[in-house]
Amino acid sequence: MSPRKPKPPAVPAEEPLAEGLAAPAEVPPAVPPAVPAEEPLAESVAPRAEGPTFRVSRRRAGDDRAHFDEFRVAVGREDTVLDALIAIRETKDPSLVIRHSCMHGSCGTCGMRINGREALACDTKVASLRAGPITVEPVANQRLVADLATDMVDFYARFEAAGLPLVRDAEKSPGRPGPAGMLAFERLENCIECGLCLSACPIARANHDYIGPAALAAAARVVEEPRGRDLGPVRALAGEHDSVWSCRDAMECSAVCPAGVDPARAILTLRRHLAANGARRLFGRGD
Amino acid sequence: MSPEARAFAGDQVPPGPKPIPDEKSVPELEPADTWTLVEASAEDGDAAGVTAEPDPEANPEPAHPHVAVSSGPPHVLIIGGGGTGGALAHDLVLRGLRVTLVERGEVTSGATGRHHGLLHSGARYVTTDRAAAVECVVENKLLRRIAPGSLEENDGLFVALTDEDAEFEKQFTEACWQCALPNKRLTRDEALRLEPGLNPGLLFAIQVPDATMDAMRLPLRFFATARRNGADVRPFTEVVGITTSGRTVTGAKVRDIASGREYEIGADVVVNAAGPWVGRVAGLAGVKVGVTLSPGVLLAVAGRRCNMVVNRLHPPGDGDIVVPQRGRTILGTTSWIADDPAEPVIPTGHVETILRETSALLPGLAQAEILARWTAVRPLVTSTAGRGRGPAREIECIDHAADRKPTDGLVTIAGGKATTMRAMAEAAANTVCAKLGVDEPCRTGEVVLLPHTAWYNA
Repeated sequence: MSPRKPKPPAVPAEEPLAEGLAAPAEVPPAVPPAVPAEEPLAESVAPRAEGPTFRVSRRRAGDDRAHFDEFRVAVGREDTVLDALIAIRETKDPSLVIRHSCMHGSCGTCGMRINGREALACDTKVASLRAGPITVEPVANQRLVADLATDMVDFYARFEAAGLPLVRDAEKSPGRPGPAGMLAFERLENCIECGLCLSACPIARANHDYIGPAALAAAARVVEEPRGRDLGPVRALAGEHDSVWSCRDAMECSAVCPAGVDPARAILTLRRHLAANGARRLFGRGD
Repeated sequence: MSPEARAFAGDQVPPGPKPIPDEKSVPELEPADTWTLVEASAEDGDAAGVTAEPDPEANPEPAHPHVAVSSGPPHVLIIGGGGTGGALAHDLVLRGLRVTLVERGEVTSGATGRHHGLLHSGARYVTTDRAAAVECVVENKLLRRIAPGSLEENDGLFVALTDEDAEFEKQFTEACWQCALPNKRLTRDEALRLEPGLNPGLLFAIQVPDATMDAMRLPLRFFATARRNGADVRPFTEVVGITTSGRTVTGAKVRDIASGREYEIGADVVVNAAGPWVGRVAGLAGVKVGVTLSPGVLLAVAGRRCNMVVNRLHPPGDGDIVVPQRGRTILGTTSWIADDPAEPVIPTGHVETILRETSALLPGLAQAEILARWTAVRPLVTSTAGRGRGPAREIECIDHAADRKPTDGLVTIAGGKATTMRAMAEAAANTVCAKLGVDEPCRTGEVVLLPHTAWYNA
């Protein structure tokens, strides 16, 4: 396995490093309470009279830098930022470029920065955001296609290097048989490859060669569940310059991860693994 | 159980890792003397990092539309970047044609990405639409072969809760066997051992080879493989007009959404694979396509509530599908008729119906936190459309040269479901190749697809 060195992002991060570090901490938890079942659901049928203002980052090929366009759009009580952006595209400005696919937090295409914080637009209810204009910007540390859409090529160049399969072995409950003949249930890996961790990571902002949290979390998964694979290449990847030892434990990656991957903890696990393996090798027992 | 059927059931899942195709197992194309490959799109090596301006020169106007000119293979323009369009691009480049695909958003941003992720075994349709069921049986097996590693092959259960459900068993299992669809009856205790979250009051369950797919990443593998083999895939490119010469379609006028630039793409055949938008696209060519738009509501709730697909043992109805997706659970669905393909409003009551019906299967769902609610629009072919879920969702491929008022150079592919995207593409590709006099067989049933990650470096 020869990891491709990621190309540096062609669109430089616009913000100084400090802004990334000063991500607002007052953003409410991403998980609003469930709707009480007895309450009649308005859905998007009865939108708020006027709706909030969305400040949407716009940038096209040839633009020197991004500017903000403001849109007011009516939203229903349960509508997400993605619902609002799609409504803006359908009713206000068809030239708005956004990525989306599954609408429920499985595909990872609608990652962006909402009021300065990385989040999936489909996973962020408008009603959960603080009052006032809602600022929407593309994720950082990735190439821009236009407006809110990024090209994930650099993300995948790093992520793929870890060689993580999409499907993991199951969480088989102890003492419970799998379906007839199956060793265990299988499930898709938690990581939805949205790139939010790479956007939130202060190290990735400062050092474009840093492999980043998602790739390291993937490497940690391979180490955790090798399925007969030679771990040498993954260890080499993690042990490289600009890899696992570059992390400074800002923990931003785990804070923004919408899928519970916890890259920060994975990086610690990987360090311990490397250290333990290094120690074994020192005494001639490593593999 | 026939050997064929046995090979289909979950009991043959081999231990150990599933082989994931790497770069080396890229579908092998024959040498250039028998297969003429399209030149890759010029978008690679774009130093600016902002998408390259599409180069209209890349698709020169064919000298003689609808004649496979000797200077190169015919050029097909596909409108619509859903699963069908992606699989069609893959199919056509394998048959040696030049392909351009345009999609107004990101690929899979329409009905494809929004579906529940259930790879149907066909069991859902055995009593209402045998043709659809058999197609699912075939495609389910086939997708496991060509897209290994993108599926959770955990099977599915049809759960009987009431006496009425139990009475449906005989009809259901007989119909399954008639479709060569393996199935196994599980006692209440066996079912609860597999899925402890099931309603403990269940009577019994039937195990079938349903599976879970990643609704975006599996279709993405068609796009990745097609592009690696030379297809020119252009997301964020909207069709604003169909160009014609007399009653013959010669291509499309498109708008690059990011730049606003409009340009024309010439083609020997244009394929309308726009899913719920097929009627709109056909309208641009002055052609009518009978589709009924039937949206459905889906919910995602917090927590993985099951590992297998869970269905209700009864004729297809509302809120009778539960599909695990990573750490969430998808609940579906409902059905009604809409006029507009864009973002239907969720009707009052649908969310409650889905929650009520699915929590009868898995009681824990009643208290689950709803993380997302959305709609997906099924494009049903009107010629056979009854109500939303009736026997109407078969594939229809229309060569508009055969319309009462013929329009040549335009093919519409409509109907189908996510499980049958490859079959829809095959039907469309057969029609296109017949029109162009291209005598190459479909190979998409054999060629193992590149992993989805290849989309980002193809």
